[in-house]
Amino acid sequence: MATFEAFLKHESTRNLRSLLKVVILITIAAAAVASRLFSVIRFESIIHEFDPWFNFRATKYLVKHGFYDFWDWFDDRTWHPLGRVTGGTLYPGLMATSGVIYHVLRFLRLPVDIRNICVLLAPAFSGLTAFATYLFTKELKDESAGLLAAAFIGIAPGYISRSVAGSYDNEAIAIFLLMFTFYLWIKALKLGSAFWGALCAMFYFYMVAAWGGYVFITNMIPLHAFVLILMGRYSPRLYVGYSSWYALGTLASMQIPFVGFLPIRSSEHMAALGVFGLIQIVAFVEFVRAQIPSKQFQTLLKVFVVFVFVVSSTTLVGLTYSGVIAPWSGRFYSLWDTGYAKIHIPIIASVSEHQPTAWPAFFFDLEMLIWLFPAGVYMCFDKLHDEHVFVIIYGIMASYFAGVMVRLMLTLTPCVCVASAVALSSIFDTYLTIKSPKPPVPGEKETPEVPAADTTTAPPSAPKRRVLNAAKGEVVGIYSITSKILVVGSFTFYLFLFVQHCTWVTSNAYSSPSVVLASRLPDGSQHIIDDYREAYYWLRKNTPEDAKIMSWWDYGYQIGGMADRTTLVDNNTWNNTHIATVGKAMSCSEEISYPILRKHDVDYVLVIFGGLLGYSGDDMNKFLWMVRIAEGIWPDEVKERNFFTARGEYKVDDQATDTMKNSLMYKMSYYNYNKLFPAGQATDRVRGSKLPAQGPVLNTLEEAFTSENWIVRIYKVKDLDNLGRDHASAKAFEVGKKKPKKAMKKGPRSLRIL
Amino acid sequence: MPLKKSAIAPPVTADPETITTAAATPSKSTKSAKSAKPVSTSNPISIANAVWDSYVTSTPQRTKLVDVFMGFLVVTGILQFVYCVIAGNYPFNAFLAGFSATVGQFVLTASLRMQLHTANKAEFPEVSPERAFADFIFGSLILHVFCTNFIN
Repeated sequence: MATFEAFLKHESTRNLRSLLKVVILITIAAAAVASRLFSVIRFESIIHEFDPWFNFRATKYLVKHGFYDFWDWFDDRTWHPLGRVTGGTLYPGLMATSGVIYHVLRFLRLPVDIRNICVLLAPAFSGLTAFATYLFTKELKDESAGLLAAAFIGIAPGYISRSVAGSYDNEAIAIFLLMFTFYLWIKALKLGSAFWGALCAMFYFYMVAAWGGYVFITNMIPLHAFVLILMGRYSPRLYVGYSSWYALGTLASMQIPFVGFLPIRSSEHMAALGVFGLIQIVAFVEFVRAQIPSKQFQTLLKVFVVFVFVVSSTTLVGLTYSGVIAPWSGRFYSLWDTGYAKIHIPIIASVSEHQPTAWPAFFFDLEMLIWLFPAGVYMCFDKLHDEHVFVIIYGIMASYFAGVMVRLMLTLTPCVCVASAVALSSIFDTYLTIKSPKPPVPGEKETPEVPAADTTTAPPSAPKRRVLNAAKGEVVGIYSITSKILVVGSFTFYLFLFVQHCTWVTSNAYSSPSVVLASRLPDGSQHIIDDYREAYYWLRKNTPEDAKIMSWWDYGYQIGGMADRTTLVDNNTWNNTHIATVGKAMSCSEEISYPILRKHDVDYVLVIFGGLLGYSGDDMNKFLWMVRIAEGIWPDEVKERNFFTARGEYKVDDQATDTMKNSLMYKMSYYNYNKLFPAGQATDRVRGSKLPAQGPVLNTLEEAFTSENWIVRIYKVKDLDNLGRDHASAKAFEVGKKKPKKAMKKGPRSLRIL
Repeated sequence: MPLKKSAIAPPVTADPETITTAAATPSKSTKSAKSAKPVSTSNPISIANAVWDSYVTSTPQRTKLVDVFMGFLVVTGILQFVYCVIAGNYPFNAFLAGFSATVGQFVLTASLRMQLHTANKAEFPEVSPERAFADFIFGSLILHVFCTNFIN
């Protein structure tokens, strides 16, 4: 026992210990990378989901054309006919990172395909995140807590959800940058060194270049500084750290074209500026106070500080109202008022990752960490140095944001990992010492009476008890070996369970590329449904190079990336009106939609239809959002109410309203669908309803391609009729030629309703 | 604007004596005016005088030199701001770059001054004077690289 103690503390074993630490960290990084490779093993090395396809395309452009062209890139293959100033409207950090890696590898004579770099970038950076978290936690407690935190962040599903191999998104590198910037900030604050402050500003710059979530840092650091000042903890170290970070970081962040002058113009950044001003004033007051130690003068100076603060914040509000400073953007309002987006900006509310988080998701993503987290925060209160204040604020803010928006679970995860690691390592510090303290001998040591009770209490409550005692009196240690074994044993069990859970969640929930779907055949073997790529490849091979494809915006990036065709709208969603135009074209009848399609040069229309397979993420289920967004711009022409039945139900069967049945989306989804089934038997497996016996009739579009499982359906927009007839009569004429009597009667009648 | 930025460093080293009186006095008077405003007690002027006296007597010569530089930066910053208000902010990049250069340099110099201040020794156990100066150089280098990039 004594040797073990000596091993941990003694100078002579320091080299061995640091070697062990390095080995453990490398193992953790390896585990972090390995658990993110499920998607590559299960499927293939492929870019996932939607946004990554754009990032991938942009990276390819960067690698091919060089950095300056990338900076000036005007993309005329999206947002037809508007185009997009891509170089000035993206965060280039991710692409630049992959570009640099690509060139370095080539320089080392390792020609790795850019796709593989993009696919594996997120796992690689997760290893770095584990390292950054280790450093951060080390500043809070000690190295063992740091190693625990690194292990937690390495496999916590909350972070894995955004960083599996193939999810080539900004968050892939941003979480590393977030943690590392915070580490540098803590370091700058602790040492009071402008060097660390400048480094922090550099990584902040990288973060600004990489992710829109940099605003979180922009507000967290000032908030921390502000709270410290309020707590009366102003110190020259704080001044040096904060000022050097802000002055350099803000200037640096303005170098990114997409951010531009926002740091001095928009409300999100005003807190940082305000705290910067405040800290200057406080520093000046401290300076004057050092010259004259008069009690009365000090209080007056405090009054002066408060006065200046109030005046400057009123000016700020005044400037905001007068419009010099841009008010909070819509996304930020929706953070405070969760109902805001639904009413004012349906396009933000329509994104699934902007929905409020369901409670089980916390447990699903963090498992045991979620109940260790409060204990860790409590431990921070116990010590309450400057850096502990930071973790407490971070914990509070991130918990709130994670509750409001699903995707912000990502920012909560590192904090939870850090706090739980602190808690767990305290438990192990107490219970893992094999040496028991000597029983109380009167006169030798002052001992509280409670530790004796510790031996009998149940394990889960025992650690908490100890912490409470620690606040009261001197720490003694644990007497009974039984309670030690119980507590350590149960926590080891929990840790195993945690690893089990993380692996299970990662392999089952977060490793699907969503471009390729997997299903199980009756015999249990895996069946890959590859409709998306089939259809995109068809587009690439069978349509002219400059064909314009209209689809709902979700698929814009994928069409651009996989089919390499011009799209009308994509996931960038910078122009709400343009999206509403597409929504209108989808939700109106053919007579109204056709001119819209013609005016926008649309050659093909692509819809996603899951009715045959039971794939619920299809366009008919998203249809209401199209209607809502279109209604936001054309309230007279598109009305959401008309798409519901009289009883307020969203139906696609016989009871569907005429507006619904005549809408282009409905027609394109169900066109010819009933021919798959025996007469009158057509069913939609997603919405679980029987379809009308008579399928919809399409006059202005013709079916061009339908994928194997009918998930993707592509329609060609017909050209104007050669004889100058409208499409309805032309079609009626053709139908009439084929089937003389019956159809002649039926055709025109049903068309007149249209 | 670019002229002003490049002119920041030389004057202080070249001719410290004349600027000491020119720059330091106005900044002092504004300070005393600010701190005196909420003071409703009888003699704000005497307090200001006492501050000034203790400053003059207790500050080492080198620190005063640093203070002069800071005063100069304040004046430059105010001049730029006034120019921006009067003549318009058309090349906004240039104005921002120039102004941030003065603000950033001011803040870095203030940091250097704090780290060198003997009374703060306990606050900065790991920052030796040489280290503080190295930090200062490092920060200034980064600052001016970004400024030149931003100025267009």
